[in-house]
Amino acid sequence: MAKYIGKRLIYMVITLALIATFTFFLMKILPGSPVASADKLSPEQRAVVEARYGLDKPLPVQYFDYMFGLVQGDLGISINQFKGADVTDVILSRMGPSAQIGFQGMVLGTVLGILLGMIAALRQNTWIDYTSTFVAIVGISIPSFVFASLLQYWFGLKWDLFPVALWKDGFMSSVLPSVALAMFPLATAARFIRTEMIEVLGSDYITLAKAKGASGSEIAFKHAFRNALIPLITVLGPMAVAILTGSLVVEQIFAIPGIGEQFVKSIMVNDFAIIMGTTIFFSVFLIVIILLVDILYGVIDPRIRLSGGKN
Amino acid sequence: MEKILQVKDLELSFNTQAGEVKAIRGVNFDLNKGETLAIVGESGSGKSVTTKSIMRLLPEQSAEFKNGEILFGGRDLTKLSDKEMQKIRGKEISMIFQDPMTSLNPTMPIGRQLTEPLLKHQKISKTEAKKVAIDLLRLVGMPKPELRMKQYPHQFSGGQRQRIVIAISLACNPKILIADEPTTALDVTIQAQILELMKDLQKKIDTSIIFITHDLGVVANVADRVAVMYGGKIVEIGTVDEVFYNPQHPYTWGLLSSMPSLDTEDAKLYAIPGTPPDLLDPPKGDAFALRSEYALKIDMEQNPPFFKVSETHSAATWLLHPDAPQVEPPLTVIERMKKFPGSRYYEGGAV
Repeated sequence: MAKYIGKRLIYMVITLALIATFTFFLMKILPGSPVASADKLSPEQRAVVEARYGLDKPLPVQYFDYMFGLVQGDLGISINQFKGADVTDVILSRMGPSAQIGFQGMVLGTVLGILLGMIAALRQNTWIDYTSTFVAIVGISIPSFVFASLLQYWFGLKWDLFPVALWKDGFMSSVLPSVALAMFPLATAARFIRTEMIEVLGSDYITLAKAKGASGSEIAFKHAFRNALIPLITVLGPMAVAILTGSLVVEQIFAIPGIGEQFVKSIMVNDFAIIMGTTIFFSVFLIVIILLVDILYGVIDPRIRLSGGKN
Repeated sequence: MEKILQVKDLELSFNTQAGEVKAIRGVNFDLNKGETLAIVGESGSGKSVTTKSIMRLLPEQSAEFKNGEILFGGRDLTKLSDKEMQKIRGKEISMIFQDPMTSLNPTMPIGRQLTEPLLKHQKISKTEAKKVAIDLLRLVGMPKPELRMKQYPHQFSGGQRQRIVIAISLACNPKILIADEPTTALDVTIQAQILELMKDLQKKIDTSIIFITHDLGVVANVADRVAVMYGGKIVEIGTVDEVFYNPQHPYTWGLLSSMPSLDTEDAKLYAIPGTPPDLLDPPKGDAFALRSEYALKIDMEQNPPFFKVSETHSAATWLLHPDAPQVEPPLTVIERMKKFPGSRYYEGGAV
């Protein structure tokens, strides 16, 4: 197991280096420069600013400078969005709200989704099942920003239950954005669990459990649930991506001072260091999630315990 | 002999979108204490459905009892609630399934799967249940049972898994064990081992077995009595010798003729022509008549009743009616009947 994780860590570093390189050159290809937006600078002033951020050096030198800093954990300094602030500090200070709504959305979505899927499977072809299908289709087809606006309109404006867009009231402010983010994981989990539960409930070992005298709830929870979870684990990774990309927009809509909001703005103003730093941060996050998912697999399903694990 | 289970006029249908599938159309049999009754027949003849209906394991939404009763311990199993059935399943009646590769829960250690019925049906502690489970594993011939309790099904071979399933089914010393083709998915040498094990265990714990199979070789090996099913009905029932050496129903003749044997010189194996009847719209008379070269006119119109051949042997065919013409069974069957005292072709000697 330790050997396996070690191997995976090495692959993770390689993946990250590739992502950093790719993003770096992609951004250099894009038109515009962080300095160009400040039209009022004279050519001399511009040269001074460019020299300060190393933008006057040849591209390969800039690249190696950046990668060298990255290895040391230095993501550089913000050029124009946060004028001179350390990128690592910017990301860390912005992480709190994003992590909060992301985590709440994910937990809410998966737990409700699993419940909905279980009930739908156990009451197959009844109105409960059809309702669950409907919720799932709505959750998958309506983009989170549309859903976010609807939530703002009904729960914020009309009924005045939660703030429309204000990151001031702590938990109350996080409810609507979390719900908006939860829709996709909820819908995905419900569909996966329903399909899988129905298949598992029809399998031979469930019949054997029944033949042993197990009751309906014992069959559903002791025997079927764990087996139905396996495919859901697979989509946990993509779901985390959905939460991430969803939060880029949702944070904008709800005016949450999170990473997503700051990421979108940094792209608008061409702040290279912030874009690079945030991309790398997101990549690390995703790669770690994928590793965790692979480890979770083995925990849930003994047949795919990772190589080197003890029998 | 003490009758432990009585199935009387059992009729069961599946309600499907295409209509009502009459899967069991009046089945009668008794199971005596300590005996092994084999139910044979081709796929779709209703043998699995019959036993699953005894356990009430059929989907409640679609399977419906139309008539008859299943008497066990003074109670009619067709009328019990699901709660009451849960107390019988695994304790009084237990079941072994066809495919050991899929009948164990892949994400649960086998120890827990073994102790589950014990904890459910008997008032014992977890430690005691574990001890019993280890003893059970030893009983079914599993080496190092203590170590293997923590392992998962994928760490066992097919034969070992079937041994575990057998151990689970015997955990609470059931009065009846239903084995639904327990050796079909295993290779021949393992098959023999499992059959030996079942015979052994039956003597030890004195349970009655209903053994479903389509393998007549297995029947000869394990059964005391045989019921032959066709089209949702039992067409012939008797002791193994009676059914194998003095068969009366044309379907039984067909079955026995299509059994390969080492001393038949014919290169080509006999196959019963045609296909099984459509149980959405079952034939009016004898369900086998359409495929039978021995069919009489009355077979097409009226369902044959059971005619007694001996105290223990009866068959549902009009050929046994006193007014029926004498017909010659197939040659392979006549060869068999020559060995059976009491048959009309008997030539002396014993089976």
